[in-house]
Amino acid sequence: MSDIEKVSGEEQKEVQTQSDSGLTLLPAVDIHEDPSGITLHADMPGVNRERLNVQVDADSLLIEGDVELAMPKSMQALYADVRATRFRRSFTLSSELDTEAVEANLKDGVLTLRLPKKVAHQPRKIQVQSV
Amino acid sequence: MFGNLLDFDTALDDFLRLQREIGSSLSGWPVRSIRSVARGSFPAINVGSTDDGVHIYVFAPGLDTEKLDVSIQNNLLTVVGERPTPQLETSEKAGYHMRERYGGSFRRVLTLPDDVDPEQVEAKYSDGVLQIAVSRRQSAKPRQITVK
Repeated sequence: MSDIEKVSGEEQKEVQTQSDSGLTLLPAVDIHEDPSGITLHADMPGVNRERLNVQVDADSLLIEGDVELAMPKSMQALYADVRATRFRRSFTLSSELDTEAVEANLKDGVLTLRLPKKVAHQPRKIQVQSV
Repeated sequence: MFGNLLDFDTALDDFLRLQREIGSSLSGWPVRSIRSVARGSFPAINVGSTDDGVHIYVFAPGLDTEKLDVSIQNNLLTVVGERPTPQLETSEKAGYHMRERYGGSFRRVLTLPDDVDPEQVEAKYSDGVLQIAVSRRQSAKPRQITVK
């Protein structure tokens, strides 16, 4: 059962990407959480800093960027894995993240985002008293 | 009993025909090279052709350029490399929600058109894209012929 769910989930993702095809690519991401915040790495090859757009508001995060490659004018495609020139992906955020303090860094086509948690939400050790 | 199987066959044929059409729209590059890899393999590669040469774009963000090796023998281009991925802490307090990015070593071999000149290759890596330009042999470039 869980297998079937997984397959249909993947198909959905595929359909979503295809319906936007010619327009957007879904960047591959790693998302890691530790007690003080969330770190996101996204693959966006061919995107430079000027063409990258990271938008954060209270409850959502959007990353998008245009691929810019120097290509000769008269070039014909012989083979193409990548058939779109824009990366775009969005996530919903939750209220404990401090959206004012997000840090972004782009190096060699890898975007790194750090979303820290608000201080009030960082875990406090609760003393358990034995009675 | 076999009716269903036959139906399945036609559905598959339709799918293959569609796939062939998509492939052939890319100016006749064979749909399946013997060296082709599954879709979605790392790294994604685009190949384009002009009268002067062949341009290869390898979409490989975050590469360790020290370990990147590009070599060409006749018309066979080999790209070998390694992509380090940061290993963040996984414990009872921290861990990954999503891991989609490829990590580790990779090797891709591409068959280029027969008329490329293996002596004239340029490669550069910027913004996570490795761009390789291979020139065509002089004799293979189209020439304007004056009619007397």
